Amino acid sequence: MGEKIRKIKNILFYVFTIFSAVFGLFFLFWILFTIVIKGITNFNFQVFFKDAPPPGSEDLGGLRYAIVGHFIIVGLAILIGIPIGVLAGTYLAEYGKDSKITNIIRTLSDILTSVPSIIVGLFIYAILVKPFGSFSAIAGAVALAILMIPIIVRVTDDMLSMVPKELREAAYALGAPKWIVITKVTYRAALAGILTGIALAVARIAGETAPLIFTSFNNNYFSLDLTKPMASLTMTIYQFAGSPFKNWQALAWVGAFILTIFVLALNLLGKYIAHKKAHKMR
Amino acid sequence: MAYIVDVKEPLRLKVDNLNFFYGDKKILHDINMPIPKNKVVALIGPSGCGKTTLLRCFNRMHDLYPGNRYEGNIWLFEEDGKKINILDKKIDVLKLRSKIGMVFQKPTPFPMSIFDNVAFGLRLKGIKNKTELEDRVEKALKDAALWDEVKDELHKSAYSLSGGQQQRLCIARAIAVEPEVLLLDEPTSALDPISTAKIEELIVDLKDKLTILIVTHNMQQAGRVSDYTGFMYMGKLIEFNKTKEMFISPKEKLTEKYITGRFG
Repeated sequence: MGEKIRKIKNILFYVFTIFSAVFGLFFLFWILFTIVIKGITNFNFQVFFKDAPPPGSEDLGGLRYAIVGHFIIVGLAILIGIPIGVLAGTYLAEYGKDSKITNIIRTLSDILTSVPSIIVGLFIYAILVKPFGSFSAIAGAVALAILMIPIIVRVTDDMLSMVPKELREAAYALGAPKWIVITKVTYRAALAGILTGIALAVARIAGETAPLIFTSFNNNYFSLDLTKPMASLTMTIYQFAGSPFKNWQALAWVGAFILTIFVLALNLLGKYIAHKKAHKMR
Repeated sequence: MAYIVDVKEPLRLKVDNLNFFYGDKKILHDINMPIPKNKVVALIGPSGCGKTTLLRCFNRMHDLYPGNRYEGNIWLFEEDGKKINILDKKIDVLKLRSKIGMVFQKPTPFPMSIFDNVAFGLRLKGIKNKTELEDRVEKALKDAALWDEVKDELHKSAYSLSGGQQQRLCIARAIAVEPEVLLLDEPTSALDPISTAKIEELIVDLKDKLTILIVTHNMQQAGRVSDYTGFMYMGKLIEFNKTKEMFISPKEKLTEKYITGRFG
């Protein structure tokens, strides 16, 4: 009797876990499937060369302005975020180590990871948009960089801490000063892990909309002026998806498709680097 | 009591009333030890006796971590007749470490090519000339008996080598900068017997060029490679003598007990 109940419980648990897994995957595939189908059916290479069509026109137009704007904002965020994140993580792992102040910085940085992105957007609005009187691509990039930095700090700190102390000692034993040990030996040993973390951090910010609402805002025209509002794919999707025009809605699908491919590629790149590292280290 | 043999040969190093503290804890007690030039000196003793701690005093490795303190002197007698106190707070530790090389228990190749590993210390010394780098890397690899195995793959990752080859690479890296002393911290404990034999052969060959201090928990190894042996126990140097004499007729009871395998 007891035996039977145990077996039934066992099977029930198994069924529940499978059901939950399938439930989660079902929606994931539904979303991906819809984006890919709608994206491809509406896709036309002209989206890379044309800008937004005026409302009411029959032409599909294109997303050139939003794609370029997106890469500028994200690229700028990377330029700001990677050096600061990596150097701050280096300080924690190599200089601060386990001191009280370091652990406080570490905790604060971790808390920053979970600050809602809209709050970061509002913060940048207050310090970079309001004082200068205009939404700007720079403000958007700084907002994204702030979201990115704590992730990179964490990864750099963790990956450097994992480098065996024997490797550092071997470099010191050759008479190397500390900065050489860090830049020539420790960084190299942790490189794959740090790159993986950076790829995932970029993937994380590349799909953000909320922090851009109050910062880079949006723009319906092609612009390279960093001090002016600039279009991004996410904001454009938001704007076009809610519009009554068929061609704008179609562009929103194509934008979603391009963005998804981009983020997916970054994720795969991160996984690939991590995988390669696992092989190299035997 | 301790028995320290009076060494008649010219010295490379002399440990003079060395005490070492980790925080408040005294780890090494009144060590006095002469280290003759171009000889292999082995340090033996049970785990935790302080032999590795002593070895790491010679290149001030303990300075990397907070809370360590030295007392006493370790004299380094250089080729040009000068003598410097290794434990002097004012000396340039980076320069010292290029004179006193070290090889660790586990092979520690850097994540770069075989060539760049050996060239690492040379580049630190400011050698940039490509031909000179190539010549000195080749010489170091030949001296470390690794050249024939790697000469066609110098630009491959050092991780592609076997454990024994990696350890010889680390020796090549250490001797490339032509140090006067080489410290070996149980250099074969992570290796198979064949690789161990190669490294032991290498140690004996290398003493023409430099003075070697080797920590080993393997008494047979001390017997095979060293000219002098120091036996340590609980942070003290109990006996220091010519290796043969120590193994044939130990002067101290503790030494005798240890080498006959009655403890340790």
